[in-house]
This record gives sequence, structure tokens and C-alpha cells, in this order.
Amino acid sequence: MEIFRYPRNLGPMEDATVVESAGSPACGDMIKLYLKVGEGDVIEKATFESYGCAANIATASILTEMVKGKSLREAWQVSWKQLSDELGGLPPIKYHCSILAVGALKRAIRAYYSAKSERPEWLPEALTLEEKQVMEEEEMMERYYKALGSAGSASKAGETGERE
Amino acid sequence: MSVSAKLRELLREHGQPPREVYFDLENSGWVPPEIVEAMLPYFNMRGFGHPSITHKPGWEALEVLYEAKELVARTLGAGSLEEITFTHSGTEANNLAILGYLLANRGKGGKVVVSAVEHLSVIFPAEFAEKLLGFKVLRIPVDSEGFVDPEVLKNYVDRETVLVSVQAVNHEIGTVQPLKELVDVVKAANPDAVFHTDAADAYGWIDIDVEKLGVDMLTLSGHKVHGPRGVGALYVREGVKLESPLRGQLSAEKLWPGVENVPLIAGFKRAVELLFENLERNILYVKGLRDKLMSGILERVPHVLVNGPLDEKRAPNNANLSFLYVEGEALTVELSMRGIYVSSGSACSSRILEPSHVLLAIGRKHEEAHGSILFKLSRYHKPQDVDYALEEIPKAVARLRAISSLATVQVAPT
Repeated sequence: MEIFRYPRNLGPMEDATVVESAGSPACGDMIKLYLKVGEGDVIEKATFESYGCAANIATASILTEMVKGKSLREAWQVSWKQLSDELGGLPPIKYHCSILAVGALKRAIRAYYSAKSERPEWLPEALTLEEKQVMEEEEMMERYYKALGSAGSASKAGETGERE
Repeated sequence: MSVSAKLRELLREHGQPPREVYFDLENSGWVPPEIVEAMLPYFNMRGFGHPSITHKPGWEALEVLYEAKELVARTLGAGSLEEITFTHSGTEANNLAILGYLLANRGKGGKVVVSAVEHLSVIFPAEFAEKLLGFKVLRIPVDSEGFVDPEVLKNYVDRETVLVSVQAVNHEIGTVQPLKELVDVVKAANPDAVFHTDAADAYGWIDIDVEKLGVDMLTLSGHKVHGPRGVGALYVREGVKLESPLRGQLSAEKLWPGVENVPLIAGFKRAVELLFENLERNILYVKGLRDKLMSGILERVPHVLVNGPLDEKRAPNNANLSFLYVEGEALTVELSMRGIYVSSGSACSSRILEPSHVLLAIGRKHEEAHGSILFKLSRYHKPQDVDYALEEIPKAVARLRAISSLATVQVAPT
């Protein structure tokens, strides 16, 4: 509750080295992670933005705290379970918030190295559990919208009272 | 840490906001003291006996049970109090209507028609009967405001239709269905088809008369009228045969076993008496507050969609708005800390991680459904409650939009 109220490391970062997001608004959860990576591949700064529930905001805030000062190699070791424990244990229904946050982190680490055309030997080629889960969630929504589009039934969204 | 210890900690951190306004009358609500008072004697002073046993405390229980049936029958324009059955919730009343009627007609096959925006206590029993009893369930689509079009319904009803269930007022978006027209097209297509309506959210807000409407079964719920939870009622027209899906010792109720919840029924009775006192004036009062709340939010907060119809076709107590670029559950927590208690159709708020089926049925996209907030008002709300909400809601939404990754990538809120 305190973390939801006063999240740390909030907002976009102008001098970020790498920016990655995970999830989609359609799933109801999305986090965008900004990392500033310095000398020796150490994370100097980490910030986030979140479209998500209270647990999503809290996990993202804790994750940015956890990885600050860590090398990318150390940060890679953070698992969704560790993140959940750090929060004092998430209820099972909120596990995906922690998975989403770690998924975004792992994507950011991969993006950093692929931009440099490097692949350290500790970075596995196979996707981690968190990355797979995030992809599945995103693909599920994509399929849902495709199915909806082809059926064309419920897609006439009500514009009633829309104000822009 | 145990769940209760975690909750204690959460509540301690929550703190005490300067004012508290409860708008979540959809999910449950407080029972006003005058209604609690009417219940208290039946716990230990009188009528605490079993209503079908022949002694004084039993007769006193039966007396209040029958007074309640008489009152409910009168308010619905029902012919006889025997047509009213009390259950232990609105969900049970819907289950009794759907499963009870289909059980009584099992083996014959046939079609069951429900609207896509029904309460889950109608949709799930219908699906259960499909699996168990071999009926075919058809879901009628609704338009972008949640209305079932009588012309569309006509295409779903034929000689094989046994049961149709369309609610009188939608529980989430307040759509007032053209019930009379819907009943008429069903009866014209098949006079033997039985029409059930869930009127839990209509009772006391729109005129409900079972004779004028021609419905065969109708559901009510105690806590939707400021009565206690744990009591519901089903009207079943004389001649419509049900078989109870519940087995056990029958008491005064012939369709619902288990000891009648007499103190709660006494509370429901008092709630109904109060509901129909100054009915017209109360409806206008609540509508005034609701209009002020809804237009106040639309004036103060950009990027807000109204879910459901506007004007007279919307129940006067309902406001349902989607705050784009924020997630609804986060907003319920944020508003709670400001003393405003609401619920959301977001997936995170549900235990199945699916957004509200009602909002998806009217064509809302997932991200629009996730940002939805439902407000329900009653005659117990004060104008100051709405003023307070109008001060706090823009601040709460602005804070979450500042965190939101969507607000910056898509449209910066103005």
C-alpha cells in the first residue's frame, strides 16, 4: 500500500540507454522500463511507467529499486519469485504482475546487448519463463482481437458520450 | 503472514480519509439502522422459531414471512402471495428460476435464450443446464448501449424455445430493457415459452408490474434495496411448474429447502416498505445526484467514456464510466485511500482475470473495460457526498495517469 501510494523511480527517463515494455493495455497490465546502463554494464538508474493495478505499480517500483547498482549479469538473475518475495509475497492471482515486471527487465537486458551486437556467455538464447509468459499473454490478446475482427460482431464500439 | 494479519496491516496503512462515501451498492452495501432495527427482534425476542413448527415462536416467524410475501406480491402486482418464494440470495432466486424450470422440463430438449449481459447467476445456471440436461443455450447480442432489440429477439425464439431470460435493468450499465415489447415478441412466437426477468436492479427504480409486463418469473435481491444480504425472492406465476434444484427438508417454502432466514426476511420487508415510501420523490432526488456526479466528472476529467445509455433509458441510480489510460482496480485502491468506495469492471478486480462480460458485450475494448468504474447511488447519499467525490476523483485519475505508460505513449492528458 505504501509503495502504491509513493512509488519510487517513477516516470520516463530522458537519457535512458534502453527502454522496453511488456504486456499490453488489452491484458489490463503494461509496464515500460527505462534503464541507464553505465561503465561495466552496471545499471545506474532505472525508472518505470505502468498501466496496471496497484500490485503492478508496486512490483515495478520494487524491481527498479532492486536492480539499481547491479550489473546486467546480476540483474538477469532476478526471478519473478524473488520479486514477489521482496514485496512480502503476492497472492497467486497477482503473480503475473511480478512476471510482467521481470519479463520487461529481461527484454531490456537482451535489447541492450543486441543493440551492441554482443552476447555475453551468461545470457541464454532460450527465452526464460517470464519472457515466455509475457509473450503468451500478449499473443492471447492479439488472437482475441483478430477473432473479434473477423467475426465483426461485437466490434461496433459505443461512442456514446465520448469526450476528447 | 496470515491473510487476516495482512489485511490488518493493509487497513492500518490505509488510514482515515476526511470523508467516506460508499458508491459500491452494486456489490453490497450498508444496512440503515431503521432496517437493522426491524430485524433485531427476530433474532431472540420473537419469531426466532422454525416457521413450520407449531408453537408460538414458530407462528410468529410464519406471520412475518407471510407479511413479507404479501407486501412483495402487492408491490409487483402479483395475484397471490403464494407466487412469492424467499431464497437466501438473488443468485439463488436466479438459479431456482433457470435450473428449477429446466429441471421440471428436462428430457424434452429445447432452447433457452438469455441476453449476453445477464448477471452471471443467470448465465452460469443456463450453461450448467446445457451441459447437464441437454438444452441448447442461445445468447442474444445487445447493441452498444446494452439493449436487446425486440426484432433481434424475435429471430431467436421459435416453437422449441422453452425459456427466455432478460433482465429488467442491467446491473452494471443501468440499461432499462424494453421488457414489455420483449415479452410480447416471445409470447407471439411461442405462447408456451416462459419468460423470466432478473429485476434485482429494477425494483424501486422503474415500474414493475408482473401482470402488465406479462413475465412468468421475476427475481429480487435484498441487498439491492438496502436490505440485508442473505435474502432474495422469486416470483413464479401460478401454473408455472418448477422442480427445486436444492434437496432437503422443506419448510414453509415449497421450492427452497432450508430454514427460512426469518430475521433477514423481516429486514427485507422493512427495506421494501421504506423503498416504496416517497418513491417518486426519491427517484428524482437520486437521479439529480447521479446526473450531477456524471456530468461533473465529464466536465472535470478528460478522456472519459460513458458506458451504457444516457437519458431516461438508464436507471436513475447508475453511473458507469471508463477512465482511459488508467487501470480500474488501481483506481479503486487510489479512491479508497481518499474515502471513495467504488468497484471496477477491470480484469484485475475479478477472480478470473477477465474484464466485465457486460462491457465486452456492448463492444468495449479490453483496455476500455479495464478502466471502468461503477457508481451506484441511493436516497441515503447526500449532495455533499457527490461534491466530495467530484473534488477527489480528478486528483486520483490525474495521479494514476501520471504513472501510466499509456498516457505518455498515446495521448498526453490535457
